Amino acid sequence: MRNLVVAGYGPAAHRLVETLVGKGFDGRITVIGEEPRPAYDRVALTSYLSGTSAEDLTYPVPPGVVTRLGSRVTAIDRAAGQVVTGTGRVPYDVLVLATGSAPFVPPVPGAEHAFVYRTIEDLDAIRVAAKDAAEGVVVGGGLLGLEAADALRSLGLRTHIVEMSPWLMPRQVDEGGGAVLRSHIERLGLGVHAGAGVREIVHSGGRVTGLRKPDGTVLDAQVVVFSAGIRPRDELAREAGLAVGERGGVVVDPAMRTSDPAIYAIGECALVEGMIYGLVGPCNTMAEVAADRITGGSASFTGADMSTKLKLLGVEVAQFGAMSGALDVTYMDPVGGVYKKLFVSDDARTLLGGICVGDAAPYAALRPFVGKELPAAPSDLLFSGAGAALDLPDEAQVCSCNNVCAGEIRAAVADRGVTDVPGIKACTRAGTTCGSCVPLLKQLLEKSGVAVSKSLCEHFAHSRAELFDIVRVRGITTFSELISRRGQGRGCDICKPVVASILASLHNGHVLDGERAALQDTNDHFLANLQKNGTYSVVPRIPGGEITPDKLIVIGEVARDFGLYTKITGGQRIDLFGARVEQLPQIWRRLVAAGFESGHAYGKALRTVKSCVGSAWCRYGVQDSVGLAVALELRYRGLRAPHKLKSAVSGCARECAEARSKDFGVIATEQGWNLYVGGNGGFRPRHADLLATDLSTDELVRTIDRFLMFYIRTADRLQRTAAWLESLDGGLDYLREVIMDDSLGICADLDAQMEQHIATYADEWQATLDDPEKLSRFVSFVNAPGMPDPSIVFDSERGQIRPVMAR
Amino acid sequence: MSRRTSWTQVCDYTVMLPERGVCALVDGVQVALFRTYDGGVHAVGNRDPFSGAYVLSRGIVGTRKDEPTVASPLHKQVFSLVSGVCLDEEAVSVPVYRVRVRDGRVEVSLSSLSGSQEAGSGTARGHTPLPLGG
Ligand code: SRM
Ligand SMILES: Cc1cc2nc3c(=O)[nH]c(=O)nc-3n(C[C@H](O)[C@H](O)[C@H](O)COP(=O)(O)OP(=O)(O)OC[C@H]3O[C@@H](n4cnc5c(N)ncnc54)[C@H](O)[C@@H]3O)c2cc1C
Ligand code: SF4
Ligand code: FES
Repeated sequence: MRNLVVAGYGPAAHRLVETLVGKGFDGRITVIGEEPRPAYDRVALTSYLSGTSAEDLTYPVPPGVVTRLGSRVTAIDRAAGQVVTGTGRVPYDVLVLATGSAPFVPPVPGAEHAFVYRTIEDLDAIRVAAKDAAEGVVVGGGLLGLEAADALRSLGLRTHIVEMSPWLMPRQVDEGGGAVLRSHIERLGLGVHAGAGVREIVHSGGRVTGLRKPDGTVLDAQVVVFSAGIRPRDELAREAGLAVGERGGVVVDPAMRTSDPAIYAIGECALVEGMIYGLVGPCNTMAEVAADRITGGSASFTGADMSTKLKLLGVEVAQFGAMSGALDVTYMDPVGGVYKKLFVSDDARTLLGGICVGDAAPYAALRPFVGKELPAAPSDLLFSGAGAALDLPDEAQVCSCNNVCAGEIRAAVADRGVTDVPGIKACTRAGTTCGSCVPLLKQLLEKSGVAVSKSLCEHFAHSRAELFDIVRVRGITTFSELISRRGQGRGCDICKPVVASILASLHNGHVLDGERAALQDTNDHFLANLQKNGTYSVVPRIPGGEITPDKLIVIGEVARDFGLYTKITGGQRIDLFGARVEQLPQIWRRLVAAGFESGHAYGKALRTVKSCVGSAWCRYGVQDSVGLAVALELRYRGLRAPHKLKSAVSGCARECAEARSKDFGVIATEQGWNLYVGGNGGFRPRHADLLATDLSTDELVRTIDRFLMFYIRTADRLQRTAAWLESLDGGLDYLREVIMDDSLGICADLDAQMEQHIATYADEWQATLDDPEKLSRFVSFVNAPGMPDPSIVFDSERGQIRPVMAR
Repeated sequence: MSRRTSWTQVCDYTVMLPERGVCALVDGVQVALFRTYDGGVHAVGNRDPFSGAYVLSRGIVGTRKDEPTVASPLHKQVFSLVSGVCLDEEAVSVPVYRVRVRDGRVEVSLSSLSGSQEAGSGTARGHTPLPLGG
């Protein structure tokens, strides 16, 4: 029997023994690790501070592997073929060094009082120190330094970053990207001191009080963390006389063998072709190469992708491939905080690398194309976020952490029947480490021609239209009834709002009644629109955009009294932002008393019917567009649909109300009204199609009634009328046959359904105010009902409030 | 490793709607509490780690492969109510807190499950609904 000993138990060691066991290695494996636990996911270390347990991070020990935890290898006795530990000697036939690296701590006075950020124990120590600290400093503005700074911030410290280079993340971004990155980091509330060094860590009585910069100024801090680079732990190799690099690292050949053929080195301690790889992907590849060689294979390590993506919440930074090239194409939006740059060959056809700050979409999509021909013009790729439609060659690497290429993903789909991302993860390991390739995995799945299921989600094997029919025909009135008869599990954020909308379209009734309250998205649940900081916006209905001065004054007063940010919307009404949940009922009470009602800005429902001023005032107007717009808005208010509905009425062909960009738009003619349907602004604009001309007002209204009800019955979830109309077999002609010639014989039904909606409409705000039980839910804290949420903070801009994201 | 657990009463069990959340402020910590369909009660951090907003208690409660979940109301990432792990991006998670129902009152303990011996990840998936009343 052969004895294999591994010194060090980090991710590289774990991958080595896991691969060996998987290959059926028949020797005895002993892993000696200095840390008190088996290897754990160091890449996800920061999640430990937000609640992930050490157990969750720790990798399972593969069966049959002997571990010695909390035990350090102190020497290698090559002559005897033994490693020496504090408690004895362990014989080896093959030894693998997987000792990783240690954070570099510059030799400045007081450095011994600072922390490093590498192990679970380091984080425990930092957490304890942060308990009675107010300020923190991280020395080092690289990938890890920023992650550490974000961690200090999340522990409640005002945090500064000190970086020697003139900008942050100098190894991943250039100066332009650095400037944009800095503005993001500062917006997170972190202080940035670039181009600055450290003279000493100031301390008194064993406690750190600050960091002195070379210019003598002191940054106050009670916690200082060094994250100024790593040094390979090559001390064992060095003392045993193995070849080590001039600047550290155990020299290995592409088979991962050191200068002693019985000893391998893998991971961050290994120096391959003059390179130390400080990323887990290459470390894993090295482990796999060594495992292959140990079991008689001939694999080689041929370099690795050093692409990186910053995991700092809220800021996307990514770099892939080379950081220079014959040509480069840059997209820069300083206002939006986006900087994207691609490096290409001199003929602009081969992608060499790229830098992204503020929008990392190109990273996942383009990284596999490094060294290959570009799939489109560089500028298009930068703009489109390089999303869909990239046909990756099979050999393109998709997941660099686990070295998985597109072909392997396609094979998993084709041969092993994988149909979702979790399946790909289980099958290929892709996406299981840093997660940045997951968007690409999704795209590959979609493009692999996996039978596109019409299932709404894992709980229902039906489309929305099918569910609508089931609910309608069977007279089902609750989600529980539907899911117990036709679905499985307890639903999710996809099917619950769909069923809520179907029930509302068919039965009306308050959206918060009974079990329906649990189905609603937060917007419908609070009858207001959620904003980024957890506050809500309030939009009262202003039918047709027509409003009296008195009502305008009330809106102004309410906004002033509650300190709300006020804005005229693109829908001819007024939006009041920044209300906390407990303020919503008070705001509605004031608005309702003045004759306002909910504008359903939150609902997949009718939004607005915009109008132009029309014949009442305009010298060109041929019909009363405002009057019709008001009537239509009041008719369809509160109507729940697969997606939101927008409308407009123009008083003549000049079309000042932009009716042709609406789901249903009306343009006045000398004889009556022209009706246009299936228009859309938004993501993919589409002009509405002319459905019928010169209708009388009665004919117009009846046609719109049927159009809307037919759409509500048959459209998919979140399919606006434009997409629905395009997908309708037979198109506009078919639509005309159904709703104008009654070819399906359903028009009486559609009419009745609309009558029922109109007859049962009630204002949701008023109904909520009238119901103490519903009202009691409008609190920030169930155990402190009057208490405002302290995480909601504003500063001001142009004389109004603006949210500040709390840490 | 033993540790004393201190419990804070936050509300009556009946205040919690089935498959909906509430937020409680416990020693300055925002805890999102959920009542699942089977009557169980779960507690996780209220902060959505993707957006930084304190809103998880307002998400839609459901299941994914029988695991009870909540979807962030901001951008819909789904979190396990049992482990706190984001099932759409497993490197991200929220803290899980201990919660129980005593005499019809819901009680929370801030000694987060994470890192403690009695709540190794192995046991987390085998969650059984909490007995009511008690
Ligand atoms: C407030 C407003 C912007 C403004 O300050 O003017 C706005 C704000 C929002 N829009 Fe809009 N849209 C607003 C007019 C528009 C318009 C212009 C219009 O209606 O004339 C459009 C293009 C026209 C169209 O829809 O066809 C528009 C196209 C969108 C889209 C893209 C829809 C599409 O089919 O591609 C979305 C996303 C969605 O609904 O899925 C969206 C979604 C949103 C949401 C609801 C996003 C969200 O979920 O938070 C925003 C929140 C509103 C809030 O918090 O109150 N908003 N949005 C406008 C409110 C109008 C109103 O009074 O109700
Ligand atoms: C906070 C953080 C975030 C990171 N994020 C990313 C990321 O997003 N993407 C990425 O690719 N990489 C990331 N990394 C880097 C990644 O974690 C490392 O590349 C990886 O851990 C290297 O694995 P390793 O096994 O070679 O070394 P290590 O993880 O350092 O493991 C070596 C182990 O050996 C032990 N050891 C050392 N000497 C001895 C001895 N003499 N006797 C016994 N035991 C010994 C050490 O204590 C340690 O446990 C991150 C690192 C940190 C700290
Ligand atoms: S659309 Fe015609 S009627 Fe309406 S405001 Fe414009 S010009 Fe006047
Ligand atoms: S690239 Fe990191 S998990 Fe795939």
